[in-house]
Amino acid sequence: MAELQQDGRPAATNGNGAEPTRVGPTFIPATDIIERSDALVMILDVPGADPETLDVTLDERVLTIAAQSMSTAPEGLRPLYAEYRDGSYERKFVISDQIDRDGIDAVLKNGVLRLTLPKAAQQPSKKISVKLN
Amino acid sequence: MMQGPVPIASPRQMDPFQQMWRAQSELNRAIGSLRFAPTQADYPLINVWASADHAVLCAEVPGVEPDALDVSVHQDTVTLRGTREPEALSEGDVVHRAERTAGAFARSFTLPFHVDPDGVKASFKHGVLTLELPRPESERPKRIKVQPS
Repeated sequence: MAELQQDGRPAATNGNGAEPTRVGPTFIPATDIIERSDALVMILDVPGADPETLDVTLDERVLTIAAQSMSTAPEGLRPLYAEYRDGSYERKFVISDQIDRDGIDAVLKNGVLRLTLPKAAQQPSKKISVKLN
Repeated sequence: MMQGPVPIASPRQMDPFQQMWRAQSELNRAIGSLRFAPTQADYPLINVWASADHAVLCAEVPGVEPDALDVSVHQDTVTLRGTREPEALSEGDVVHRAERTAGAFARSFTLPFHVDPDGVKASFKHGVLTLELPRPESERPKRIKVQPS
């Protein structure tokens, strides 16, 4: 059972169709994906994301990136103008290439998450001989 | 869909504001979790809070070095300028997705009062710039005590 929002309604579902346990919107971070000769580089804009809550998981071929944004609202002031809101970031990607799982590198700097997924060494091709009956 | 306890109008009279509030919350629920990636025209996204004696402006500037940000204050207008460096590409790189914006940006915001330029404090954390913009002492509202006659 998902948590309910203040008005008693279930929180909006995120992109996976599942309901989040936290109240608040889930955002899809803007992403650049660049394939270099030796690695796949993913650059995600996650402004305000708290490094403590950042969670990057590679399960089989599904790469999940999740983070919570810290609240910037100062106390005792009334909102005058708002373009962005606090919430959580979540995005999933299916990785098609063979990735060296132990070599994955994630760096969070200035609100940008940079993931480097090194390509696994190419397996030498193996010829399969067909036996005749 | 589960329906929670929605406050209803008093049965004796129709409350048009209540109706509007309900329509708005329905709409918020339908589109609330969408977030459109900012285009270059509205990068960075900003939030502003204010009280009688100061204002706080937060701007989401992911991927910008704090040194590359230029903040200026003139009377009641705050201007943010900067450049977001595009990702360097070498030969043979293939770009699969390019959703982030890059390049120079500038945004201005006009506050409802003048700002004391010497008292402005700027901080930067996790890609969010926070500006504290105090109102000059001489322009702050004064509390007038009413004397009983």
